[in-house]
Amino acid sequence: MNSYDVVVVGAGPAGMACATEASRAGLSTLVLDEQPRPGGQIYRDIEVSDPGRRALLGKDYGEGARIAEAFRASKAEYRSGAVVWNIDSEKRIDYSAGGRSHSVQAKSLVVATGAIERPTPMPGWTLPGVTTVGAVQILLKTSGIVFEDLVLVGSGPLLWLAATQMIAAGAPPKAIVETVPRSRYREAARHFAKALRGWRYLAKGFAMMRAVKKAGVPVHSDAADIAIEGEIAVTAVTFTSGGTRQRIETAHVALHQGVVPNQQITRLMNCKHRFDDSQRAFLPVVDESFETSIPGVYVAGDGAGIGGAKSAEMRGRLVAMRIAEKVGNRAGEAAKLRTELAKDAAVRPLLEALYAPAADVLAPADATMVCRCEEITAGQIREAVALGAPGPNQVKSFLRAGMGPCQGRMCGLAVSEIIAAAKGETPSTVDYYRIRPPLKPLLLSELAGLGAEEPREAAE
Amino acid sequence: MTNRTADLLVIGGGIHGCSAALQAAMRGLDVVVIEKDTVARHASGVNAGGVRRLGRDYAEVPISQRSMEIWHRIGELLDDDCGFQRAPQIKVAETDADLQDLKDRAAHLRAMGFEHEVVLDRNELRTHLPAVSEHCVGGLASFDDGFALPYQTTFAFQRKARSLGVRFEENCRAQRVERVGSDFKVTTERGVFTGRKLLNCGGAWAGEIARQLGEGVSVEPTAPMMLVTSRMPRFCTAVVGNQSRPLSFKQMANGTVVIGGGRRGRALPETNVSELIFSELRQTAETAMAIFPIMRQASIVRSWAGIEGRMPDGIPVISASSTEEGAYHAFGFSSHGFQLGPGVGEIMGELIATGATNAPIAPFSITRFTPEP
Repeated sequence: MNSYDVVVVGAGPAGMACATEASRAGLSTLVLDEQPRPGGQIYRDIEVSDPGRRALLGKDYGEGARIAEAFRASKAEYRSGAVVWNIDSEKRIDYSAGGRSHSVQAKSLVVATGAIERPTPMPGWTLPGVTTVGAVQILLKTSGIVFEDLVLVGSGPLLWLAATQMIAAGAPPKAIVETVPRSRYREAARHFAKALRGWRYLAKGFAMMRAVKKAGVPVHSDAADIAIEGEIAVTAVTFTSGGTRQRIETAHVALHQGVVPNQQITRLMNCKHRFDDSQRAFLPVVDESFETSIPGVYVAGDGAGIGGAKSAEMRGRLVAMRIAEKVGNRAGEAAKLRTELAKDAAVRPLLEALYAPAADVLAPADATMVCRCEEITAGQIREAVALGAPGPNQVKSFLRAGMGPCQGRMCGLAVSEIIAAAKGETPSTVDYYRIRPPLKPLLLSELAGLGAEEPREAAE
Repeated sequence: MTNRTADLLVIGGGIHGCSAALQAAMRGLDVVVIEKDTVARHASGVNAGGVRRLGRDYAEVPISQRSMEIWHRIGELLDDDCGFQRAPQIKVAETDADLQDLKDRAAHLRAMGFEHEVVLDRNELRTHLPAVSEHCVGGLASFDDGFALPYQTTFAFQRKARSLGVRFEENCRAQRVERVGSDFKVTTERGVFTGRKLLNCGGAWAGEIARQLGEGVSVEPTAPMMLVTSRMPRFCTAVVGNQSRPLSFKQMANGTVVIGGGRRGRALPETNVSELIFSELRQTAETAMAIFPIMRQASIVRSWAGIEGRMPDGIPVISASSTEEGAYHAFGFSSHGFQLGPGVGEIMGELIATGATNAPIAPFSITRFTPEP
């Protein structure tokens, strides 16, 4: 089995920057990533996007090219199309690539698997025609595809970014239904002074909102009680805004309630996690160098708490420096990077307060489906708690919630929130699903062939 | 204020602890269950759910039979169907030598007076398992067995017991067990519990409790591994095992296939962690595909292992203590205790409440591991 000083899972800004820095410091480095090309979600397909597409995706997207070039030029090995499905306590990593499973041994493991979109359970969210804002962006980045009548529903910077990108692409959204309650602006205002250190982000935010207004996209603010209508596919979105019930006919809806750390690998490895009230999500507990409670396991990028692409890149480099320093290799200068990182994070408290998830998705109605794989409703989860099921793992065993192919990625946070509310506790005490391998579905025949590849691998 | 005294203190909130607590309460005892985590946290909540008499150690057959009778009316006992479904359990023979072993076993059981295990020839096997691989030559079936949902079952035992007044102290580890006068005292992080009688159902952790009672037995913590596939078209209605390779295989009502059968992962009982060993689980995948070629198309969505206690001879301890009168043991079910839960609970309830049972539990005495006094 091949062994590396550093194995990085994920080739987004954090993973690429970490690998570049680690190989510069003389560490043997392997990057495993599911996508065919580096970039992660934020810089997806950055290497192959033409100038036209880059122009409509914006200046920040173009930043990814610099990071990807440095990564390609580095000595780090890179395996694309590699789906990591297990990592054991000895940091042995099993991944699937080219229809076969392979194993590598890491001395240090860097989890750079970033963020996932927060689950958004609401009436009708499982209908064909409903997608997420993140998925809309993937279509735009990889294929230049836009929907003609898309209604964006939810809140967060990504909602506005997607809207401006669609406008630039010549297919503005049919409407934006924003779920930020009016009272939030007052709550968020106290973070404004601090956020001014990150004025570039604020300026970008205001520019996006102006662009939306200029394009004449209707914005329905302070929306609540959202329901997506349709029998076999979406036909309309309804909601209350400005004191009246409104209805927008459409065949396409994209939902978004912000992004949260992807915990699958850190949960699988039994790293300690904590619930962050400001981000309203579970975060792995990490030290100032982003090392988890399991020695030698690091989390770089949004996986350690949402900070955005710039922070992700800096965190990736910091992790590499720390690993190099630990083995006595010459590492880069971390102090300046830390200062920049703090500055980049200044805008976060404002964003987290303003764009906290909507009450609608945190406390869905009893009839709303929460676990899509196993078709479990919020009401069933509340009934299980009433019977005495103490937490997410018992609810999972009892109802099968979180047992489907997505392993709880689409319902986990919502289930923890619903149980916590039903018990009068916080997600912090009820905790989260235990995550079991394989992290992604794996063919039985591939498992049966595990280990058979070693001689062939040597010839590669 | 918590009442920390009871007629019976049960250590361990797995299926055996909950079932025995219920049965003792049904016989009028005041019972407290002391559980270090939450009820059904380990093997009882996450086993493969087989309700199987087929292929048991001969000594277990009578108590398994007794337990099966309870399974068939589990809804009446617990007001919950436990997801129990009657289904044939079939052990497949891949070779003529395997089939001969199965025939010998059936003959031995008939001599003991048990008729539930029936030999299947090549064609009969295919009648019950149309998707079985061409090379399989026959099998052994027990038609009135089945499977159930383990967490739902253990949770149902807890709820029924609670409705009869049993108190459950969860997240409450039994740190020290001792005899003080005529009582047993169990020291926990949440105070000292006192009971006239004590039942050790501590599973993988039971060895330490027994040791504190002066009975040194070795209980090996194990982590039997299981996996579940995504939903598949309906192709199998029986629970399937294999005569010469470890396998437990069933298709659930929703189409997913649960595969287990004894390949073991890494159990770390101190931290409650169980880790999968895929080089071992690989063999389970191979066996499943060998018996059912359709499984080549299956994809695994999850695998897991619950921590369980295994005895050196592979059968449990179901016994009065050999050192302390009023103390009892039911542990070490060695990865096949789920089906026995209802029956052994009834036996222990009876034994503790009345001092006697007519169940043939002599082969399970703890004295087989401890020096005779």
